Amino acid sequence: MKRRPIYWFAPSLFLLLFFFYPLARVLLLSIKTETGTLSVLTSLPEFLNVLQFTLFQAFLSTLLTLLVGIPIAYLFSHFNFHGKPLLRALTAVPFMLPTVVVAAGFTALLGPRGWVNLALMNTFNLSAPPITFVGTLTAILIAHVFYNSTIVIRLVGNSWAQLDPRLAQAARVLGADTKTVQSRITLPLLRPSLLAATLLVFLFDFTSFGVILLLGGTQFRTLEVEIYIQAMHFLNLPAAAILSMIQLLCTLFFSIVYSRVVNRSIVPLNPRAGSINLRPAKSLREKLFVGFASVFIIILFVLPMVALPARSVVRLEPDRGERGTIQPAFTLNNYRELTINRNGSLFYVPPMNAVRNSLVYAVITVILSLLLGFPAASALTRPSRLEKIVDPFLMLPLGASAVTLGLGYILAFNRWLYFPFLIPLAHTTLALPFVIRSLQPALASIPQRLRDAASVLGASPRQVWQSVDFPIISRALTAAGVFAFTVSLGEFGATAMLVRPEYPTMTTAIARFLSLPGGLNYGQAMAMATILLLVTTTAILIIEKIRLPGSGEF
Amino acid sequence: MKSLPILFGVFAILFTACAPQGPQTLTVLTHDSFSVSEVLIKQFESKNNVKIAFVKGGDAGSVLNKAILSKDAPLADILYGVDNSFLSRALDTGIYSPYNSSALTSIPAGFKLDPENRALPVDYGDVCINYDKSYFDSKNLPVPNNFSDLTKPEYKNLLVVEDPSTSSPGLAFLMATVAHFGDGYQDYWSQLKANGVIVVDSWETAYYTNFSASSGHGPQPMVVSYGSSPAAEVVYADPPVSESPTASLVGDGMCFRQIEFVGILNGTKNRALAGKFIDFMLSKSFQEDMPLQMYVYPVIPEASVPAVFTQNTQVPVNPAIIDPATIAANRDAWIQGWNSAMNP
Repeated sequence: MKRRPIYWFAPSLFLLLFFFYPLARVLLLSIKTETGTLSVLTSLPEFLNVLQFTLFQAFLSTLLTLLVGIPIAYLFSHFNFHGKPLLRALTAVPFMLPTVVVAAGFTALLGPRGWVNLALMNTFNLSAPPITFVGTLTAILIAHVFYNSTIVIRLVGNSWAQLDPRLAQAARVLGADTKTVQSRITLPLLRPSLLAATLLVFLFDFTSFGVILLLGGTQFRTLEVEIYIQAMHFLNLPAAAILSMIQLLCTLFFSIVYSRVVNRSIVPLNPRAGSINLRPAKSLREKLFVGFASVFIIILFVLPMVALPARSVVRLEPDRGERGTIQPAFTLNNYRELTINRNGSLFYVPPMNAVRNSLVYAVITVILSLLLGFPAASALTRPSRLEKIVDPFLMLPLGASAVTLGLGYILAFNRWLYFPFLIPLAHTTLALPFVIRSLQPALASIPQRLRDAASVLGASPRQVWQSVDFPIISRALTAAGVFAFTVSLGEFGATAMLVRPEYPTMTTAIARFLSLPGGLNYGQAMAMATILLLVTTTAILIIEKIRLPGSGEF
Repeated sequence: MKSLPILFGVFAILFTACAPQGPQTLTVLTHDSFSVSEVLIKQFESKNNVKIAFVKGGDAGSVLNKAILSKDAPLADILYGVDNSFLSRALDTGIYSPYNSSALTSIPAGFKLDPENRALPVDYGDVCINYDKSYFDSKNLPVPNNFSDLTKPEYKNLLVVEDPSTSSPGLAFLMATVAHFGDGYQDYWSQLKANGVIVVDSWETAYYTNFSASSGHGPQPMVVSYGSSPAAEVVYADPPVSESPTASLVGDGMCFRQIEFVGILNGTKNRALAGKFIDFMLSKSFQEDMPLQMYVYPVIPEASVPAVFTQNTQVPVNPAIIDPATIAANRDAWIQGWNSAMNP
């Protein structure tokens, strides 16, 4: 117990330096200007409307994400089937895709001239596209589910896989039916990971920006969008600062609620090896479930993104005067063009450089956030009173506005921003709460008896950790590592920062192509997006395949 | 433990002594659309024994915001990318330091919006409606000639515009309507709304999702874009085309003129070099490089514009122009007014 302060030292110092300090600076500066504050007071009713909508869409999105994610978590934790690793990896890919790419994919599928509408119009001879997607609340909800289901699937799936099946079997022997088993056994045991997943998904939906802006049309505004508009277009920092504080207070509130509820629900039991619950589907019901679930995954996660590789290798040439007919032709020109610097620009991005930079930033982020997050998560499993109070503040980076934080970085670090290492540090600031929350349920599930038994048998604390804690949480560590990796590749939090053009990432390259008209620019954006898809899917497959040494069958 | 501060001090001194004494670095803060030929920059660097470091900071408003925030400890020596809609705001905050470049004499007076030469004009462009030529040909539809035409029933549901609160070309188009209709602009927008105008968040969405003549093959044949976009559609066409599939509507007042400025940031330690870089930006070679890099027009009359521009773009004779001080005073009100007209 004497060593506890050390657990907290590094992560706290990190967050203080890279989150609280820049945030404090920008908030203080904004409050000082008086002129802005008056205008904010008059806009208060409008801001409250925005807050109301933000909460509403976040609640709804989280609910839908749980409805989608939990059955899929059950699928992955209980069944073995063909193509499972690939499907699992594919559910994690959306999280890393920049919104502009996701919006392009959804539009290609569901937009006014997307495949679905074109197919419906051709089949039923309609003159106007029957499905309106972009600009609706449905689009926002579907995109949120698309993005965030992986959090539920991984967190809940991992702990479900490690549930001891003997408990449920014992209950059945004693006469319990399925419903009783689910409510009295499964649910309470899954509660910590369910709650963690719910909180994380909710915070991501609450601070959603790109999805609202690009897919929601112009009538929907969340707090984050409003902060962006106030800061970047109206240059009204005081309004942006006040909205940021409202956002932070809400985040704090939900984090406190989470801490209260979760601390009462952790039930340490013998976690089993993950493979114990896996089996191939046997009965017809099980086979139907696996089949339908797989198809559903493909429809929701794969189909929207298929348009991107398709567009990158297909050149659509409309006939002169014939708007409706489009003659597709296969082409690799877009990929070839990626390697050519056609106008000799200084800012040309060789595709391999972009890939390399993205991956380097991501690897650094994973290492840093695991190194910092693990001790903090350990300490939080049996928190002291002080730690219980500090716990909710750890979630704040996830609920803070990226725009405000970026501006805070400029104030706090000034020319240090040109140090390219700052980008993975910014990513780590966001990944850290994510990692801590993912590790916490797993760590809490380790029964103290196991550790005590090992100590009694003569193991040193380090050996206890190595042979008891580590194998049990290795799955959770992998999941946390994947999350950190995806946060970095998805470049959350770095949106408002300054970009050094010498170290471009895949995301900045895509944005650059889409900022100019012309078929080759659009094609190159699609090609780079496809490369991003391939790189991320492969990386996740590799990470999951890595058996951490000593983790044994876990 | 007591020797720790001394150790730190020793290391600090060692590090600063180890700093390489190479060429100086000049830092230029620009918006995301900035581009220039590598060859030109290398020439400038070797001629002046300097290393240019570019830093990109988002769009015009975002970059200005960052420059204002860091006013007391400037992030760069030069700021490029503030346009005439943000100029007044930029000048009021005093981020620039005046510089009387010798190149200013050759720039037409219409571009020199700052008499004190704190912000110097570098390039200009027009925000115009682009239309899909093959759509209008195939329907035998005449092209709209003025704002009022856009409210006619034959053009129903055919125009996509960007939200002025989130998009710079969207704001420019709104200002063009304000310049034309004055206080009646809100009625005009209500009429546009009744005629089915589509509003999206940004140029990327409007052009690549909604516009029919782009690779997105969207439903609307008219989009608020730039006067230079038709040229880009030729340069980046795959397969190559002989003429642009799009053109701009350049009726009186239908386009909004945007001028972009550069300035030396107050507090720079490299004033002489910064001045040389600005002279370089106003030199014929840089100005002639801009069209194919950034799709803007040079302010220096002697700079020639590539053939693909002269053959495929239409420069408006009478673009809408509002002076920067008026824009600064009213932009918020105009955007609110637009909001209430579109979301009653």
